[in-house]
Amino acid sequence: MTWSEMEPLLEQACWDTLYMVGWSALIAVAGGLPLGVLLVLTDRGGVLQNVVVNKVVGQVVNIARSMPFIILMVALISFTRAIVGTTIGPEAAIVPLAIGAIPFYARLVETSVREVDGGLVEAVQSMGGSTWTVVRKVLLPESLPSLISSATTTIVALIGYSAMAGTVGAGGLGDLAVRYGYLRFETKLMWITVAILAVVIAIIQFAGDLAARGLSHRGRSSVAPRLVLLRGGASRAGRPVPEQRAAPAEIETVEPTKVP
Amino acid sequence: MITTTDLTKVYRSRGREVTALDGVDLHVREGEVYGVVGQSGAGKSTLIRCVNLLERPTSGTVSVAGQDLTALTGRGRGAAGSALRQARSRIGMVFQHFNLLSSRTVRDNVELPLEILGVSGKERTRKALELLELVGLADKAKAYPAQLSGGQKQRVGIARALAGDPKVLLSDEATSALDPETTRSILQLLRDLNEQLGLTVLLITHEMDVVKRICDSAALMRDGRIVESGKVSELLATPGSELAQELFPVGGVPSGEDRTVVDVTFQGEAATKPVISQLSRTYNIDISILGAAMDTVGGHQVGRMRIELPGRFEENVVPIGFLREQGLQVDVAAIADGPRANPTPLLKEGAK
Repeated sequence: MTWSEMEPLLEQACWDTLYMVGWSALIAVAGGLPLGVLLVLTDRGGVLQNVVVNKVVGQVVNIARSMPFIILMVALISFTRAIVGTTIGPEAAIVPLAIGAIPFYARLVETSVREVDGGLVEAVQSMGGSTWTVVRKVLLPESLPSLISSATTTIVALIGYSAMAGTVGAGGLGDLAVRYGYLRFETKLMWITVAILAVVIAIIQFAGDLAARGLSHRGRSSVAPRLVLLRGGASRAGRPVPEQRAAPAEIETVEPTKVP
Repeated sequence: MITTTDLTKVYRSRGREVTALDGVDLHVREGEVYGVVGQSGAGKSTLIRCVNLLERPTSGTVSVAGQDLTALTGRGRGAAGSALRQARSRIGMVFQHFNLLSSRTVRDNVELPLEILGVSGKERTRKALELLELVGLADKAKAYPAQLSGGQKQRVGIARALAGDPKVLLSDEATSALDPETTRSILQLLRDLNEQLGLTVLLITHEMDVVKRICDSAALMRDGRIVESGKVSELLATPGSELAQELFPVGGVPSGEDRTVVDVTFQGEAATKPVISQLSRTYNIDISILGAAMDTVGGHQVGRMRIELPGRFEENVVPIGFLREQGLQVDVAAIADGPRANPTPLLKEGAK
């Protein structure tokens, strides 16, 4: 197979993947975010403590997550048809992809939001803030860097899932690797596909980490450990780590003049 | 300004019951700084959280500025009605661990309560900068909390607590996470605010120094009850007051048999008089000082001293009478119960 033969295939596959993953990630975030926040709020000791809701939602999320994606896709066929009117093609793949990713992201959101210091919630309540204020002004902004990291993880997982979407004729890079590379022994095409996937995932991960770090204003951010792997790349990008350390030290020296 | 009546809070978890507050009656007058002291687990934190209903008391009432908060709607923690939320916005609260939002700048943190109150953007900024000026952090408006020192963070916390123009400020161990120097400056700030804005301050602490430094009144809590309460100056004048003993711990055991040990408390005028040397000269007796503590409480010199007179109590009635004449408060200390065994004064009166 020559490059001129491969090129259109690869291009189409890239777009298909982008299309499927983009939409399903968007839906997953839109659905998983409220679900994850709900799990935290209704938990024991939460602002809206409600054991029944918490257990029911928690179990639904667990069941959805324990379903192998390929089974989920088949199980959802009639649902997919009801929504997008077809059971084949990229549109048809978006539905199971999104539904599979919602509980995945919801659990990650739950973990992120749970890490927000309860004292902050208490502080906002003491100011007269409602539950909605607590969610909007405290829980979401304070966990934002972590939520972005979780979204990155979800997108990467979705790219993995999307390889299976080929079963419903959705195309995409994973499907290309399987059909041409594996089934037709086009080893070269397979490796190119895998390389593209690797690069795409690296870029997404890097962008996600960068965004998370840029939004984090804590001294020692909870997302910092993940950046260790990327530190080489990060410093090449002109963001040396000591730069951040220097800022607080500078303020320390100014401080005595401020305290009367 | 703040009144609690028969406040009780019982925590139930897995069949066990823990009584955190057991019939607490607290009365904080307008414009005073009131300190609640006690050891960890005495119920101080629960008490202060019950005052703005972050914890809903099991029974009893809380009223702040004449408004009965416990009567306001909202059962359970989150569903508190808007009336209660409105009342809360008029009660400022400062926390031990500052509880500043790390995602917001200092200015935005101070603006947060104003956002909740629905104040317009321009007005919020103006007010926030004004408050930062007040706490001496105007130049840090654009910094993030992670870039500030502990004392600076607490100043932001105080500025934030003042944003809603509260009449009452609750301070939950505001200085416990700070070093002594910073503690002093934060306490001074609280005192200044109390004087300048007429702010009523209810603070809980386990540091006696805080009470000494800024409190007009104080209460001692133990096992969910208020053991003792009153104005600090009056408590010091109360014979056998536990708080006075805690504030000015004087130790020391008699050097032998046939000695009379007396705790003398000096206040105001008397603190500057050379009473001990006068006593010594007048009655020609040798006095040894076993222990002493001196400090300034609310701008007044106050001290306690444990002195030892030769001879039994009966032989010292006259010198003790002399000390009382000089306007000093004299407690004959019970010492028999061994060295350092929590020296409890003999004349134990129900201090209220």
